[in-house]
Amino acid sequence: MAAIFHGFGPAAAALSSSSSFDSKRFQLPSLKSQTERKGSVLVVRSDGRVIPGSNPKGRSAGKLVTNAVAAKADSSATATASKPGHELLLFEALREGLEEEMDRDPTVCVMGEDVGHYGGSYKVTKDLATKYGDLRVLDTPIAENSFTGMAIGAAMTGLRPIVEGMNMGFLLLAFNQISNNCGMLHYTSGGQFTIPVVIRGPGGVGRQLGAEHSQRLESYFQSIPGIQMVACSTPYNAKGLMKAAIRSENPVILFEHVLLYNLKERIPDEEYVLSLEEAEMVRPGEHITILTYSRMRYHVMQAAKTLVNKGYDPEVIDIRSLKPFDLHTIGNSVKKTHRVLIVEECMRTGGIGASLTAAISENFHDYLDAPIVCLSSQDVPTPYAGTLEEWTVVQPAQIVAAVEQLCQ
Amino acid sequence: MSSAFSAIKIIQPLPLKSSRSSDKPLFDPFRTPSSFLGSIHKFRFNSLNNTPSSPCHLRRSAVVAVSDVVKEKKLKSNSSLSNLLMTKEEGLEVYEDLILGRYFEDMCAQMYYRGKMFGFVHLYNGQEAVSTGFIKLLKKEDSVISTYRDHVHALSKGVPARAVMSELFGKTTGCCRGQGGSMHMFSKEHNVLGGFAFIGEGIPVATGAAFTSKYRREVLKEEGCDHVTLAFFGDGTCNNGQFFECLNMAALWKLPIIFVVENNLWAIGMSHLRATSDPEIWKKGPAFGMPGVHVDGMDVLKVREVAKEAIGRARRGEGPTLVECETYRFRGHSLADPDELRDPAEKAHYAARDPITAFKKYMIENKLANEAELKAIEKKIEEVVEEAVEFADASPHPGRSQLLENVFADPKGFGIGPDGRYRCEDPKFTQGTAHV
Repeated sequence: MAAIFHGFGPAAAALSSSSSFDSKRFQLPSLKSQTERKGSVLVVRSDGRVIPGSNPKGRSAGKLVTNAVAAKADSSATATASKPGHELLLFEALREGLEEEMDRDPTVCVMGEDVGHYGGSYKVTKDLATKYGDLRVLDTPIAENSFTGMAIGAAMTGLRPIVEGMNMGFLLLAFNQISNNCGMLHYTSGGQFTIPVVIRGPGGVGRQLGAEHSQRLESYFQSIPGIQMVACSTPYNAKGLMKAAIRSENPVILFEHVLLYNLKERIPDEEYVLSLEEAEMVRPGEHITILTYSRMRYHVMQAAKTLVNKGYDPEVIDIRSLKPFDLHTIGNSVKKTHRVLIVEECMRTGGIGASLTAAISENFHDYLDAPIVCLSSQDVPTPYAGTLEEWTVVQPAQIVAAVEQLCQ
Repeated sequence: MSSAFSAIKIIQPLPLKSSRSSDKPLFDPFRTPSSFLGSIHKFRFNSLNNTPSSPCHLRRSAVVAVSDVVKEKKLKSNSSLSNLLMTKEEGLEVYEDLILGRYFEDMCAQMYYRGKMFGFVHLYNGQEAVSTGFIKLLKKEDSVISTYRDHVHALSKGVPARAVMSELFGKTTGCCRGQGGSMHMFSKEHNVLGGFAFIGEGIPVATGAAFTSKYRREVLKEEGCDHVTLAFFGDGTCNNGQFFECLNMAALWKLPIIFVVENNLWAIGMSHLRATSDPEIWKKGPAFGMPGVHVDGMDVLKVREVAKEAIGRARRGEGPTLVECETYRFRGHSLADPDELRDPAEKAHYAARDPITAFKKYMIENKLANEAELKAIEKKIEEVVEEAVEFADASPHPGRSQLLENVFADPKGFGIGPDGRYRCEDPKFTQGTAHV
C-alpha cells in the first residue's frame, strides 16, 4: 500500500518526506527492490504480501483483501490483473466506502448532525442526501443521546444505521446509549437482538481547536463490553474499515482523526473490505516494535526516517483495532524484536496504550528484553495555545529519543 | 375524582368536568394556593375529597378529541350501552389479561420472598389497565418498549408466562436466557424491545423502532407497513432530557409512536408534584406539536378508547401522540421498598378504584359475562401462573459456557489470539474458561 503525504499545513510539511531517505537501508526482506522514490514523495509499502489474484488469507473469505495491492506500474514483478487504482483523499475514501455499502444494502442509513444537506462537517457524507433522500441520510436535531438511542432502536428492528458524531467529543453525551444499550443489549436480550450500528466521527487533537474539541474517546469507550473499536489512518484502510464496520453484525466505533481527512492516496478500483480485528504492518524491522494508531502513525514514520539514518531498524505496526487487540501480529513482532514502544495520542492514564501495555506484559512477558515504553499525550486538557498543544502530544523527536533509550 | 366505574359513566365526558362547575378554571399553576409547598399528603389528598368546590390542583382536562369520540357514540345509539365499547369476546380477552397481570405479579412477590428471585423487582399491581388497554390492541409486529416495570407489558404482548418467570428465576429457559432479569424483558418474536434499567433510555430506542417502521414504508417501499411502537414510562421520566428530545424528533418526522406515561404519582419516594414544575404531563405534547391526552388509567375501557384513537393516528401516518394515564401502583416501588411515604388514605382511594374489580363489575352489569365464566378465567390463570413457577423451578441454571456466548453477535469481535486464531475458535471458549 502506498501512502502519499499531502501537504496541508505546517505539521504536514514536517510529515512529508522532504528529508532525505536512504533507500538502501529501507529494505523489505520479503520482496525485491520494493522501495522507490518519486520526487519528494515517500512511498511506504506495508507488509509485503500481495493478494490480488492469489488466495486470500485463511480466515478472510471471498473478497476480503487484507493487504496491499501490488501497485505500481514500475514494478518489475509480474503484471497483475489489478487496475492502477484511483487517487483520493481520506474523507473521500470514507465516502466511497459508505456509498458502496449504501448501494449494496438499502437498510444502511446515516444519521447525525448536518450529515444531510450540509454534507457532513468534514464532507464525508457530501451529496449522499441528494442521492439517497432525506430519510436515509438523516439530519438530526442536536440530541446526541437520543439519536444514538434511536439508531440503536432502528438497528434492533432491522436497519443498519451509521451514526456520525460531528466531533467524537459530542458522543460523550451519548455515553448512556453507547454503554448501556449499544454494547449491552445483545447480551441482556439473550442474543435476540443484534445492534449492527457504526458510530463514527472525527476525534483527536487538531489544530488549536481547544480542549473540548480535541478529545480522544477511545479510552473512555474501551471498557464497554460488546463493542469493537477501530481507528483508520490512511485512505486505504479508512475505506476498508468503513465497509467492514458496516457489514459487521457487532456495534463498531470507527475513530477518524481531524487532521487526516486530507491525506491523499491511490487505492484500488476493485472492491475490498478489511478485517476489523487485524493490525497493519507498516514497516517491518528487526530492532524494536513500535505500536501506534491514527495520526501518531505519521509521527512514528517520520521518526522512523531519522532512526533509520541513525542505523536503527524499527518495525512499525498500526494496530488499527483498538478493541480487541490483534495479539497475533503484535505477538509475532514482539517475539522478533523483544522491545516494544507504544506511541499514541490517547491520555497517559487509562488510555489504549495502558491497556496494550498490560496485554503485552501478560501474554509476551518472556519475550521482552526491556520494559515496555508507552508514549502518550500528557494528562492535560488540550490547551489552545499552539506551543502548549504541541507539547501535549507526542512529537517525533520524543519517539527517536525513546527508541534510542530502549535499544541501548 | 371519578370513583366507581359504571356503564353510564363511560360515555359521559371524562369525570373531571363533571365534578365541578364548568365555570371553574382549569388547573392554573399561578393560582395554586400556597399550600402547594406544604405537606404533601394534605395537598395531594385535598383534591380527592370530591367536593364541587375543591381546588382543581390535580384536575386535568383531556384534549377534547377523546371525549368527543365517546360522546358521539352515545348520540348515535340509544340501544344497549354494553355493545358500544366492547364485545363479549373482547371483554373476556381483556379480563384474562388483567387477571394474568395481577396474579403473575402477586406470584412474583411470593417467589421473591421465598428467595427464588433477587435484585430489583418492580411490580405492576394496580396499573394493569394501562398495559391491557393499550397492548391488547396491537398486532404482533408492533413494538413495545418499557422501563423496569415491564413484566406485565411483556405478558400482555404475548410473551409466555413461563418464559418471564424463568427469566426472573435466572434460568436458561427465560426469555433472555437468564441474562436480563426483571428489568430487561426482551422478546424478538413478540417485539418487546426491553426492559431498561435507567429511566428514559428506552424512549430513544422506541423512537428508533418507530423510525424503522417509517423507513420501511418510505425507503424500502414496503407498502402498508404500518407498525406502531408504544413506549411506556413513568412520571419521573418526564423530567428527563431523553423524553423531550424524543418528543421533538417523533413529532418532527411524524413517527408512528405513542408515548404512554404511566403517571402513578411517585418516583420511588419522590412525589411527582415535588419534582415537576408543571405536573400536567399531557400538556407537554402540544408544546412539541403532537396531541396530549389525559386519561383515567384505572379504567381499562377509557384507556382502550384513547389507545384506539392514538394507535389509529399512528397507523395512518398522522404522527405521534402523548398519552398521560393517571394510575397508581398498589405496592411499593420495588420489592425492596418499604413504601412508608405514601399516605394510606391515598392508597385506599386508589385501591377502591382497582381496575380489575371495576371491569369485573362492568362485565357483569352489562351482561357481557357471568360470575362463572369470570371465575373460570381466574382459575385458568391461576394454573398458568403456577405452571410457570413449576417450569421455572425445573429449568436449569445457565452453565459456564453461556457466559461469553452473547457478548457479540459476531464472536470474531473477541479478536485474534497470540496463536493467530480467532479467540472464538478456541474450544475452551465456549466452556467459558478461555482467557479473554
